[in-house]
Amino acid sequence: MSTNYQLKRADFIFKNENDWESVLRKSISRPANELINELISSELKGRGGAGFPTGLKWKVASEEVNETKYVICNADEGEPGTFKDREILSRVPFKVLTGIAICGHVIGAKQGYIYLRGEYFFLQDELNKAINEFEYYCKEIKFDFKIKIFMGSGAYICGEETALFESMEGKRGEPRNKPPFPSSYGYMGKPTVINNVETLAHTYTIFKYGSKRFYDLGVQYSRGSKLFSVSGDTPKPGIYELELGMSLSDFVEEFGDDDTKAVQVGGASGFLVPRKRFAETNIGFQGKLVGISLPTGGSMMLFNSSRSMFNVLDNYLNFFAEESCGQCTPCRVGCQQLLKGIKAVKRGEKNAQYLDKLLKLSETMQFTAKCGLGQSVGNSFSSIVENFREEMIY
Amino acid sequence: MKPIIDLIKDLADQHGRDRHSLLPILQGVVEQEKYLSEYSMIEIARELDLPATEVYGTATFYSFLEYTKMGKFVIRICKTITCSMKGEKQILLAIEDMLKIRVGETSPDGKFSLLETNCLGFCHKAPAMLINNDVYTELTPEKVREILTDYLNRKTEGGPNVN
Repeated sequence: MSTNYQLKRADFIFKNENDWESVLRKSISRPANELINELISSELKGRGGAGFPTGLKWKVASEEVNETKYVICNADEGEPGTFKDREILSRVPFKVLTGIAICGHVIGAKQGYIYLRGEYFFLQDELNKAINEFEYYCKEIKFDFKIKIFMGSGAYICGEETALFESMEGKRGEPRNKPPFPSSYGYMGKPTVINNVETLAHTYTIFKYGSKRFYDLGVQYSRGSKLFSVSGDTPKPGIYELELGMSLSDFVEEFGDDDTKAVQVGGASGFLVPRKRFAETNIGFQGKLVGISLPTGGSMMLFNSSRSMFNVLDNYLNFFAEESCGQCTPCRVGCQQLLKGIKAVKRGEKNAQYLDKLLKLSETMQFTAKCGLGQSVGNSFSSIVENFREEMIY
Repeated sequence: MKPIIDLIKDLADQHGRDRHSLLPILQGVVEQEKYLSEYSMIEIARELDLPATEVYGTATFYSFLEYTKMGKFVIRICKTITCSMKGEKQILLAIEDMLKIRVGETSPDGKFSLLETNCLGFCHKAPAMLINNDVYTELTPEKVREILTDYLNRKTEGGPNVN
């Protein structure tokens, strides 16, 4: 087992490579199961945050029998503190387009979509130019595949895969029940593979260099590199590609301002880690044997000791209360009550024990909410309230 | 500017008349009109042969599809955590002071509307704002005054993309 928890930089995603034509040509001449096995042995997991094994997703969709299938690139990057997908789409669009098309070849889809969030409207022109050039080449090599951009309109919940389908179908972006899963019943009821922008960019690397090159990075259960969006109280905010599995203390040493009080790993729906837990926390997917592993879609927000954790939580809860789609009661009412509750405690209208009741409510939401939004509100809520209880009261 | 009814017809010709064309059509109307009036929602429903309530229900779900009258330039300031930590309030005050409107209001001449929005994805360059579709980052009160002066003197709508 690897014991590599150090912070190591990697450079795959933004590496300047002008060979997408040959990567596409070579990949689509390989049989689908060979490409799937390549992905499975790379152990690439979804880079949007949830971490589902990408190879498995493609495999299940490829086994579905249906004339019409779809590939969708999820570019509805709405998690607070995440901005890597925009950078990928503006700097290396052809890697993503190639990844979409190869997926189309693997599962047997002829149509790909990029669901671009409304806030990134300005990317549309450049991206359409890239798509035209890409489709022109596909036609030249007689590969039948089309890609279209679908614009979102400012709804965080549409990043949830089934809500995204609903939105593309012209409805309110309300998540569906699962199962059925997208790989059998997705956009327009057809088998659909939906991947994050970064995941698709990584498949490019894997198909170009082989799975071993990717697998050799990172640690057990968390292979490969990942883009991190670093913001907050840091002297060097920006986007960095790092190997997975590093310890949070190494991360803070590199990016902190020597006064880091806590780090929010995974955006508002992730966990807040206080200073005393930096050393035992690693950044990667769960399943590691020692210490705590925290997954992330790439959002790393640093807070120094000048920040009030009450204000931070207040900001998150406002965000969730606004972005909750309102479909299921635990999330719709829960978010509002958590927000009201912490304000009441702060004002002294409720005593400190009321926080325990709120913690219970957030736990209930974890079990009863319909989708990832409501289920994950409790992550940041409990990690902030438990670690910074005094700041909530006084 | 096209009359709304022609605009809706053209958008439907371009995107199709199926339910899944609804969002692009709503977006197309908002791009010209800046908001969806009750009239335009009813006309869209007629064009796509949908119940008007379905169009209303869908339109009101999305925060970028406004359904109250908006100014020619819609300013959206990011209020999510990093931007709020890096001085969003000062930017907001500078704008309110300069345009004499508060969050949620439109200037009497119909030129500007001021709104707050959730994470724009520019946390590393906070604070950030959108004016229509153009992004402005690393704002300071001075910078935002310069930007708005430029808009005040401007006749047309287009602008640079990311600033």
